[in-house]
Amino acid sequence: MQDSREDILSRIRRRLGRTAENATTGRAEIEACLGRREQGPRPAAEADRVARFCARSEALSSTVEEVARREDAPAAVARYIAAHDLPRAAVAWRQLVGLDWSGAGLQVAGRAANGDDLIGITGVFCAVAETGTLLVLSGPDTPATASLLPETHIALVPASRIVPGMEEAFTLIRAECGALPRAVNFISGPSRTGDIEQTLVLGAHGPYRVHIVLLRDC
Amino acid sequence: MQIRSMHFKARAGAAAADRALQSKLATAKGLFVDGRRRAVADIDLEATREASRAIRNRAVENLDLWLERFEQEATRRGGQVLWARDGAEICRLVADIARRHGVKKAIKSKSMLSEEAGLNAALEAAGVQPVETDLGEYILQINDNEPPSHIIAPVIHKTKEEVADLFARVHGKPRKTEIGEMTREAREMLRTHFLSADMGISGGNFLVAETGSVALVTNEGNGRMVTTLPKVHVVITGVEKVVPTLEDLATLMRILPRSATGQSISNYFSVLTGVKRPEDTDGPEHLYFILVDNGRVDLLGGDFQDMLRCIRCAACMNHCPVYQTIGGHAYGWVYPGPMGSVLTPLFVGIENALDLPHAATMCNQCGVVCPVKIPLPELMRKLREQQVERRLRPWGERTALGLWAWLARHPSLYALVAKLGVRYLNWLAEGGDRIRVMGVAPSWTDGRDFPAPEGRTFRELYAKRPKT
Repeated sequence: MQDSREDILSRIRRRLGRTAENATTGRAEIEACLGRREQGPRPAAEADRVARFCARSEALSSTVEEVARREDAPAAVARYIAAHDLPRAAVAWRQLVGLDWSGAGLQVAGRAANGDDLIGITGVFCAVAETGTLLVLSGPDTPATASLLPETHIALVPASRIVPGMEEAFTLIRAECGALPRAVNFISGPSRTGDIEQTLVLGAHGPYRVHIVLLRDC
Repeated sequence: MQIRSMHFKARAGAAAADRALQSKLATAKGLFVDGRRRAVADIDLEATREASRAIRNRAVENLDLWLERFEQEATRRGGQVLWARDGAEICRLVADIARRHGVKKAIKSKSMLSEEAGLNAALEAAGVQPVETDLGEYILQINDNEPPSHIIAPVIHKTKEEVADLFARVHGKPRKTEIGEMTREAREMLRTHFLSADMGISGGNFLVAETGSVALVTNEGNGRMVTTLPKVHVVITGVEKVVPTLEDLATLMRILPRSATGQSISNYFSVLTGVKRPEDTDGPEHLYFILVDNGRVDLLGGDFQDMLRCIRCAACMNHCPVYQTIGGHAYGWVYPGPMGSVLTPLFVGIENALDLPHAATMCNQCGVVCPVKIPLPELMRKLREQQVERRLRPWGERTALGLWAWLARHPSLYALVAKLGVRYLNWLAEGGDRIRVMGVAPSWTDGRDFPAPEGRTFRELYAKRPKT
């Protein structure tokens, strides 16, 4: 039996009329395409990125509270938790455990989430104004589970990290990380399903609620 | 999946007479059609369609080179790229991987290729428990592996009462009647599977050649679970799903969710690259890509190459008057609606799906909404031509067309027959404007009336025109 890889690729080459010469031109074309990284047509960007991000987030059923500084975040999170009658214990990305959570009356552990954790607090790599989307990258200190397993996801979003579109988000990853991390997750509101009678239900397998604490001066 | 496309006529007839199905399809049609129309209002739709068409063409026209590049990049990041010629080979490869890693349970995110291959049955035979985790697919699986009737809304044909009965029976819990409660019950049932599975199986919306990544679009979050929690992740996708760059992904993500569900963006869009890094706390340790032919390669360089641009958004079926009337099951295989009417005959054999290219009004709604501008009616017409060339049409139809062709070459005889024909049809209409039962071809009027001719033939009217 011929090797499947060779079989499939050689049939593709045959059907495309591949020859040694046009393979050379073809390779040059794909290198040029990869080099150009050409963007497609884009909607006009709104001047006020932060306002656009907040409006789109709310349209996707996230909630937003604005505070000035990082240090104000624990109190804002505590307010949200009290208003929704949620438990006062959460898991968070390790880079966030330095904030004064206990001062706000919360118990926050810096670790990956398991199936029993009800609240996950994360930062973002950046956020996308066009669609109201949070971008989180996997990594040792930024476990993907924190924004996925708990019923409530709370994200701290520095205003300075809001970029216009997905294109700028990819450019920022290339610039700051070099290669892509294992998982780049774009999150746009609480998980949802419309499978039963095409009726929208928030909270399918992921969070029921996404709350954004916007850090205006960060 | 078993092919039942040859029973199209009987099943379409039954579906068209099914009042309950009609009401479900009507609701869904409203939501999908209006949703898309609202969602595309804030982008330059035509420019984005044209750009998306160009991106997909660029990939398909140098498919071998893009796949080689993808393979190189994916391998460099710890993924293993495997190739499958057909469904049987997909099943064999997945069973081998499961055996190698001692897998007992596999959680699955939606994959139409897994339906093509009948993968769940193969996994069970290999001693692996497959668990569908997309809510719709889960409902179908616990209902004796019922086939889906739509590629993105698999249980569009079920009412919440049917789902409530099914959950009460299978879950053994008090019957819920509210959709939110039923969704929570399924979430709880599936949570334990997510946390205990050793393998995740997903499809792939796109493969990115630049980075060797797979891009996944989901709303429920199950796709993220399947690709984050188990130690092994297997991606099964068609060879045509490759796109060049991350910028191309950004463009396609402006049009895919809008075309599919009327969302400006899907809830979760994940770009996954390589295995868990040594210092990471989550992610799979083993990553396999199974790149599948199963009929796709044969479309290259021929009349149907345009079909390889398809990004599986389902806009064509959502807007199709035939799909809106009969739903997805009548089409008899994995892909319903206009894209299915083209793909099914090409994948399973033109002789096994004779009616599908005719299941169209040629209104071109599908062509107009297609985000990658596939000329679907034209492709259906080409399939019809092939049926005629291969003498696969019924004897009566071939004879009638032969007769018509002969007649059309004899103008005066043609005029006479047309004249008599018009008189005959007017007589059938009994002075009204519709014909209830078509005398010579009664099955034509089984489900509809035939409009009666206005009066005389064109040539009669033309001969009587005032001379100047």
